Amino acid sequence: MMQKKILIVDDEPNIVMSLEYAFKKKDFEVFIARDGTEALDISNREKPDLILLDIMMPEMDGYETLKRVRDNIDLSHTKVVFLSAKSKEKDVEKGLKMGADSYMTKPFSIKKVISDIEDLLG
Amino acid sequence: MSNYIVGLVIVLYLAMLFVLAYFAEKNKRSKWTNNPYVYTLSLAVYCTAWTYYGSVGIASSSGISFMAVYLGPVIALPLWVVLMRKVIRISKQHKISSVADFISMRYGNNRQLGALVTLTCLFAIIPYISLQLKAVSETFSLISAKGGYESTGFFDDSTFYIALLIAVFVAFYGTLSTDTSEHRKGIVATIALESILKLGFFLAIGIYITFYLFDGTTDLYTQASLQENFEQLTTFGGLENGFNWLFTICLSIFAIFLLPRQFHVAVVENDNESYLRKAIWLFPLYLLLFNVFVIFIAWAGNISLPATVNHDYYSLLLPLQENNYGLALLVFIGGFTTVISMIVVSTLALSTMVSNNIVIPYGFIKTLVEGNPEENNKRIKNIRRVAIFLLIIIAYFFYIRFSAQLSLYSIGLISFVIIAQLAPSFFLGLTWRRGTAKGAEIGILVGLAVVFYTLFLPIISQATMPGVESMEEGLFGQAWLQPAHLFGLDYLTPESNAFLWSMSFNTLTFVGFSLHTKGNYRERNYAEMFVNHENYGNLQEGGFIWKGEAYVADIKRLLNRFLGEQRTNRALQFFNKKYNISETEERADARLINFSEKLLTGSIGSASAKILLASVSKETPISLVEVLNILEESKETKASNKLLREKSEELAAMAQQLKAANKELRIQDKLKDEFLDTVAHELKTPITSIKAASEVLEDEGMPPELRNRFLENINRDSDRLDTLIHNILDLEKLSGNRSELDIDEHNMSITIQKAIKGVEQIASKKEIKIKFSHKEKVFAAYDEDRILQVLTNLLSNSLKFTEPHNGRIKILLEDLNKEVLVTIKDNGRGIPEEDKDYIFDKFYQSKNQNVKKPQGSGLGLAICKKIVESHKGSIAVDKKFKKGTRMMFSIPKEQ
Repeated sequence: MMQKKILIVDDEPNIVMSLEYAFKKKDFEVFIARDGTEALDISNREKPDLILLDIMMPEMDGYETLKRVRDNIDLSHTKVVFLSAKSKEKDVEKGLKMGADSYMTKPFSIKKVISDIEDLLG
Repeated sequence: MSNYIVGLVIVLYLAMLFVLAYFAEKNKRSKWTNNPYVYTLSLAVYCTAWTYYGSVGIASSSGISFMAVYLGPVIALPLWVVLMRKVIRISKQHKISSVADFISMRYGNNRQLGALVTLTCLFAIIPYISLQLKAVSETFSLISAKGGYESTGFFDDSTFYIALLIAVFVAFYGTLSTDTSEHRKGIVATIALESILKLGFFLAIGIYITFYLFDGTTDLYTQASLQENFEQLTTFGGLENGFNWLFTICLSIFAIFLLPRQFHVAVVENDNESYLRKAIWLFPLYLLLFNVFVIFIAWAGNISLPATVNHDYYSLLLPLQENNYGLALLVFIGGFTTVISMIVVSTLALSTMVSNNIVIPYGFIKTLVEGNPEENNKRIKNIRRVAIFLLIIIAYFFYIRFSAQLSLYSIGLISFVIIAQLAPSFFLGLTWRRGTAKGAEIGILVGLAVVFYTLFLPIISQATMPGVESMEEGLFGQAWLQPAHLFGLDYLTPESNAFLWSMSFNTLTFVGFSLHTKGNYRERNYAEMFVNHENYGNLQEGGFIWKGEAYVADIKRLLNRFLGEQRTNRALQFFNKKYNISETEERADARLINFSEKLLTGSIGSASAKILLASVSKETPISLVEVLNILEESKETKASNKLLREKSEELAAMAQQLKAANKELRIQDKLKDEFLDTVAHELKTPITSIKAASEVLEDEGMPPELRNRFLENINRDSDRLDTLIHNILDLEKLSGNRSELDIDEHNMSITIQKAIKGVEQIASKKEIKIKFSHKEKVFAAYDEDRILQVLTNLLSNSLKFTEPHNGRIKILLEDLNKEVLVTIKDNGRGIPEEDKDYIFDKFYQSKNQNVKKPQGSGLGLAICKKIVESHKGSIAVDKKFKKGTRMMFSIPKEQ
């Protein structure tokens, strides 16, 4: 089985650091972006299987990033999961409506995040 | 000049009047017929043949006393305007169509009084009309060829036919509408034109005589002063003559109000109250112009004409003597014009009075009630037409029989004296609510009796039995009863004498009887309405107050008889709509009674209208107290309406304020929500970081180096969390009241040095130089810890965004007059232009803070702002500074 590619997009380096460690441990190929623009660059280049996307980021936010990903045919197989501190019901609804494959809220349990993502990727 | 030519000119002139009247009627609403100038010119119907010819006669024999009759109106015009405004308002409200109707209504629609007033007017005006005819006849014979055709009876007397033609004119244009309160534009337009003509021609002859026949006014004066009686002609005479002047002036003042023709043009034909304002100066000017040349024409006549000719016609005789027939004809036409306008308006007014105040209420009311509308209309019109013809014919015969003995001037004055008998009931009626119908009637009768005794008796006895002693010596031989010198006053002219005593007796009896008798409720109510007219403006339907029982069906039937079914239905529909009354309402209320009375008054006069309505309703007396209550109620309603309106405006304003406050609250609420959201997000971030790090730390196989980094992260995130919570609480505290501040007198220089000390370590680590060289003491009152917090925050920001090694921070302290200004300047990368407006907002963090997020809560500057503002100071960023960041704040020295 090929190594799954995951792109973590978050402007909080400390959070990214923990996630990166955990995913690598699970044998994912991990890419990191600190905002939407960078995330799109990496996505075009690496065609990740899944993007773990924060919403509140400087410059391009998560919503806009998701839209761009969905508009890109090359990324049609890429799954997108929101990982956000916005935890109200209507936020979750909005995220899913915009086309995210899943919505996870901060703070999170890394184990749960990983198992959900593994399920998602089959 | 051949009298056929003169006759032809007269006929042509009358034809022109017919045509003019026709066009004016056709263009009723045109500006040409509806303007204050036409109104004022129509008032000039005051100037009759008496003015046109008679003044000259008087001036030639007794000097300037002719002026008194014109001085009166000029003096009284301001008062006239004020009173007329009231009279016009009342008359319009009640559809009053004559002075008789006006007085009759004031005293409770009194039928008898209306008839008496009408009779008085007839006595006064018919001789006056005959004098006008006399003037026409005499001037006609003067201007037509001597030795020409001489009339032998009235059937071949041109004056008779002229009189008939005038009657046809009035009968045609005066009775176009049955409703006498309707305006007669055609007649008014001709009157206005005639006023221009008569003045124009009179001025023309004045100029001709003064400047062509003579060498100007000085020449005339020099020549006239050689005459024997010149002294007498140019002085006022002694005190006695002063009284004559005074009485004549009073007389003319009354006349301008009460003469039927004046009342008609001024009140009935008035379109717009505001026309009075034009009349106030234009009418006196007109009278003045008319009198400018009188005295000169009189002098000229005295100089150039033999004493045997009739002095009244100097203006005609002078051009004739010079064989200037063209000018003589113009003068004749002017005089003719003057006569026509007077006769037209007078007969019109009198015929209305005769029909509405005598014939209909006393004779025809029964017939009218039984007739159908078309017949009634025809009948009413016919009554008026017959009245017009009769009046003119009676005047003609009066002229044939009596006028030989009298001059224009004396008949004019007699007419004024008789009309003046209406003055007490008219003027006191407008101002004194106690006046009663009985008082008015008896006053007028007594006044007339005195006039008869003092003025007519001597004339009649002279005409019928010359030389009878009793008149010279007084009744029963009593000298004090001598008619012309009653009570021994022997220096008054007969007219002044008659005026003085008739007015005195009239007024005394009027007041006396009014005080002794009490009018019925109707009289009292109308008195109240006329006297306090302003108060009744807000009563519906013009303030008629009525109590009783009546049915709509009966009233409708009655109206049908006079207005026809169609007009009645339209009128009632209008009425129901106006007062929101159901069509099926059976009982009539006071408003309907009044509305109907008004509708009928226009056609048949107020007295008849009252009688008719009384026949279909059962009126119960209503006391003055009730009237006053109704008035009070209507006032209260008005006041409470006003109050309600004010209240509702207030409520609307309050609703507006509430709306605004609500909007503000919603905005605040949204801001609060956003704030809480942001707080939650900002708190969650370090917590997430800590939680994630602690989870990965569970991995025992983690290299120690990495483990240490995770632990360090946890530590730093805990600090961040702590700062964040502290700042949020701080901000919240500052948002409350400023009693939290610990204000004291401090030296800002020292405080700044303390702040620098606080960040020294970090600065030296980054090798950034902080420069502050101010050594002077700048004292101000502030909370030092808080200001220190501001300074530290600003310095930290500068340190954070300034490059290590070559970074420079400069602090400037300025002592302004009443405040202290601190500026902190650095050479760092500065704040992006688009962020400068928002940096003081909560949680606002510049988006361009490099890829790596700087450490900060996003609350620092928001807190600085709060602190400075709670010191009543201000903080700002220098938007123009490009070489780094320049922030400044100022606080007042005294709190």
